Parts: sequence; structure tokens; C-alpha cells
Amino acid sequence: MIPAVEIVNVARRFGAVQALSGVDLVVEAGEFFGLLGPNGAGKTTLISILAGLVAADTGSARVLGHDVVTDYRNARRLLGVVPQELVFDPFFSVRETLEIQSGYFGIRDNDAWIDEILHHLDLTGRANTNMRALSGGMKRRVLIGQALVHKPPVIVLDEPTAGVDVELRQSLWGFIRKLNRDGHTIILTTHYLEEAEALCARIAMLKAGKIVALDTKQNLLSRFAGLTVRLTADQLPGAWQSRVMRQEEGTYLLSLASYAELESLLAALRLDGATIAELSLQEADLEQVFLRIMARHQ
Amino acid sequence: MNAAFRNGWLTLLYKELLRFWKVSFQTILAPVLSALLYLLIFSHVLESRVSIFDGRVGYTAFLVPGLVMMAVLQNAFANSSSSLIQSKITGNLIFVLLPPLSPLDLYGAYVLGAMVRGLVVGAGVFLVTLAFGPLAILHPLWALAFALLGSAILGTLGLIAGICADKFEQLAAFQNFLIMPLTFLSGVFYSIHSLPPFWQALSHFNPFFYMIDGFRYGFFGLSDIAPQTSLVVVCVFCAGLTALTLVLLKRGYKLRH
Repeated sequence: MIPAVEIVNVARRFGAVQALSGVDLVVEAGEFFGLLGPNGAGKTTLISILAGLVAADTGSARVLGHDVVTDYRNARRLLGVVPQELVFDPFFSVRETLEIQSGYFGIRDNDAWIDEILHHLDLTGRANTNMRALSGGMKRRVLIGQALVHKPPVIVLDEPTAGVDVELRQSLWGFIRKLNRDGHTIILTTHYLEEAEALCARIAMLKAGKIVALDTKQNLLSRFAGLTVRLTADQLPGAWQSRVMRQEEGTYLLSLASYAELESLLAALRLDGATIAELSLQEADLEQVFLRIMARHQ
Repeated sequence: MNAAFRNGWLTLLYKELLRFWKVSFQTILAPVLSALLYLLIFSHVLESRVSIFDGRVGYTAFLVPGLVMMAVLQNAFANSSSSLIQSKITGNLIFVLLPPLSPLDLYGAYVLGAMVRGLVVGAGVFLVTLAFGPLAILHPLWALAFALLGSAILGTLGLIAGICADKFEQLAAFQNFLIMPLTFLSGVFYSIHSLPPFWQALSHFNPFFYMIDGFRYGFFGLSDIAPQTSLVVVCVFCAGLTALTLVLLKRGYKLRH
């Protein structure tokens, strides 16, 4: 079966910054795939190369078998991208914006699908409103509509829910899940890791232009099973400093392998005469996994 | 590939037309008014003082085709350049870059959109100037050919300016230091035979001169140089600019990173 997305040894440099270093990635058709990483990790550059907005220095990228450079027409027609920046054309209404975007793909008389998109994005009542008059969240939803208007089999969502309120975020994810069930491949980048955990079956983590983790969500969670301790204390024994994932003004976020280690930590704190102001435990979730992987690749 | 996907450029053309039509007060009526003011002032001051083509053409009549062509050229340039720079600066150019539009699609849509605006404004100026007296067009096909080529050239120059400029200031410099001087020194307001020999010779290096002189031939059957020569020069210039623009678009120069 042809992969939805195939990226082979892609590298890209912007001046002194190596944005991507030999990235290899395959996303199978029908997957709900997460692409995570801190700011500047190279996620948007990778998406831009896939969309033909940025040329790779080396390597190749394909969408459903079509090279994004040599066969860009087919590659682009199979791809829908929701850009990260909140951009819009101030001359047009919501419906005109969607109709024009549909026309760019050669699709006319697309009213039924546009109406469905407007309905799912809760924009039906705003269809004839000029883009300038919309709130940020509404503009974001129009961007999503524009990416879907030609029914692309591969959909890339680059931070799609930034600025969208919780209620609409839920209905939006319901719609995206439905698209995925209908066979669309979804590639999601988000800073809301709970969203990625709830939605994505497989996840790649990028850091400094390299993929530092690539596995199913279950494998990532089980590989990094353990406890995270949030401890607020006046001091932390020296032997435990290496376990700190994050520190903020006397509050330490520590990674523990098991509950047995917790007993050792408490014993060490007692031995040093440390005063504990607050202590809470959390079992590993995607955010903890993410933090551990990023900390490991400092 | 589905043939329908090759027709996306028609939507981009439609969008370009809709864009200027939605602000037609600014994009059509305002330049017509400007041209009318030029005609009122220059014809009033110079009608009895300037002799054109050995007195065979009155100055006001001489001025009309020049003003019409100037409106065509300036508005064709303004349309493609402003559309592209606005899209670049606001970021909505991405909506045009993501679909399967080829460099030729982009070129065709932006330049045709610019041509339509230039020709609509030019037609508006011509209609308004009819109030000053009827003006026969002796060779309408010559006039049409130069109007089409002139608007295509300036639409292409506007596209080049929009591609190269990163901010409005740079676009304004392109307009003020290249397009405006070439337009005003092209014979819109005078016949180059009224110039000293040096300036006459220099005018022959200005491609805008050939557009306006050829267009004027369509009205009067009289011109500073043979219309066939002007047509060749204008066609070569148009072809060269088109080739340059297609190369820039193919490379994604300042559009794709």
C-alpha cells in the first residue's frame, strides 16, 4: 500500500540554522499521526516542504506516491494544509473564501460540501460575513475549512486549535475524527499534548531538526512508564538532582521509575532535614513522555 | 490527473477581478477622474500653443490617446503589483501557493486580471474624454493591439515588482523611480519631434514610447515612428518580460523559500 506521506533524508538549512537534519518519516494511509516538538524543532519546516512552500536542500517528500517537486500538481491536490499563521483575505466573505479556494483546485459547484464544512465548523450563520469581521477563533475555523474544501485524502493540521475555545475545539475534533474514520489521513502538530494523546495513534517527536522518537502512542507511554513527582521543598538532595526534569522556584518535577523509588526519595529528604511544602504524584502521560524525551536530548 | 485541476487559474483570475471590482471607486473611478483633470488642465493651457503632426491634429485630440494609454498602463501595473504585495505581506499568498497552480497559471491569472483593470479604466477615460468632442479611431485594431500588449507588459512588470518587493515602500520605489518616469517621458503629453535631438534619440530606448506612439497611430493614422516597428519592439519586450517572470515564478523567487 502506498504511504500517505513518505519523507526520505530531508534536510534544510536557513542561514546558520539547520532546521532539519536528514529526517526520514513514513505515515501510512488512514493514520491519525502526531508530529510533536518544541518551538523551533522543525515541524513547520517539514510541513512546508511537504506542501511545496519550502524546498528541501536534500532528500525527497511524497504524498501518496507523488513527489512534491517533480509531480507537484498531483501531490498538492491530494494534500490539505491548515497553516499555523492566522491569515485571511480581507476582500471576501467566508463563503467566497471557501468557493475561491475550491476553485483553485478546479472544483466548481461545490456548494453541498462547502455547506457541510460550514455546518461542522459552526460557521453557517457567518457564511456571508466578511473575513475581517470574524473573531480569531472563527478565522482559524475558516482556515480549516479552506484546507478541507477539495476533500484531500491527506490533511495536515499545524496547530489548528490555537485560539479556538474549548467547546468548539471538541466539535472540531469530532469532525476531524469523522474524516479520519472516512479514510482521510490526518497529520497533527499541536502544543496541546492532551489532544495528541487523545487523538493520535502514532507519534513522532522532533527536536532540533531530528526525529528523536517515533512510535505508537501506547509504546511511547509504556516505554516511559513511571511516576512524575511534583515536589515543593526548601532543598533537594544532591543525588536526586539528575532526576529533575524541570525546576521553577523551589518546585521540582522529578521522574521516578516506580513507587519504590518514591520511598527512597522521601527517605533522602528526611535525612537532609528538608521541609516539604507540597508533593503530588502523576502517572506518565504524553506530556511527561514528551518532557523526558526532550530532556534526554538536551 | 483530473483535467479540472488544471483550471484553477480561472478562479485566480476571477478572484483578481473580484478584488478590484469590490473597491471600484478606488480602482476605476479615481484614475478616470485623475485622467480627466490632466485633460482639463493641459488642454486648456496648451491647446492653442502646441502644434502636433504639422498642425494636422489638435493638442486636445492628441492628448486623449496618450491619457487613455497612460491609464491603461498605470492601472495594469497597480493591479498585479498591489495584489501580490498585499498577499505577501498579509500572508494570504499561501492560499495561492498550496493549490496545484503552475507558474504559467499564476502568470496568466495575475496578468490577465491586470489587463482587464487597465483596459476598463482606459475605456472609462476614453468615454469621459468624449465629452470634449467626438474622436474617431481610424485603425481600431492597431489601437487594440497596443492596448492589449501595453497592459500585458505593465501587468507583468507589476508582477515582477510584487515578487521582488518585500514591503510597500520598495514597491512604491519601483513605481516612482521606474514606471512613472518611463510613462511621463514616453510622449503621453507631447510628440517626441518637439524634443531636442538628444532627447528624441533617448526616447527610442524607452519601451513605453512605442506603446503610446503605436496606440496613437490607431487613432490618427499618424505616429512618430512606423507602427510596425513599434509593434515588433513591444512584442519583443513583452516576450522578454514574460520569460523573466516565468523563471522567477518557477524558482519561487521570494514566494517559496
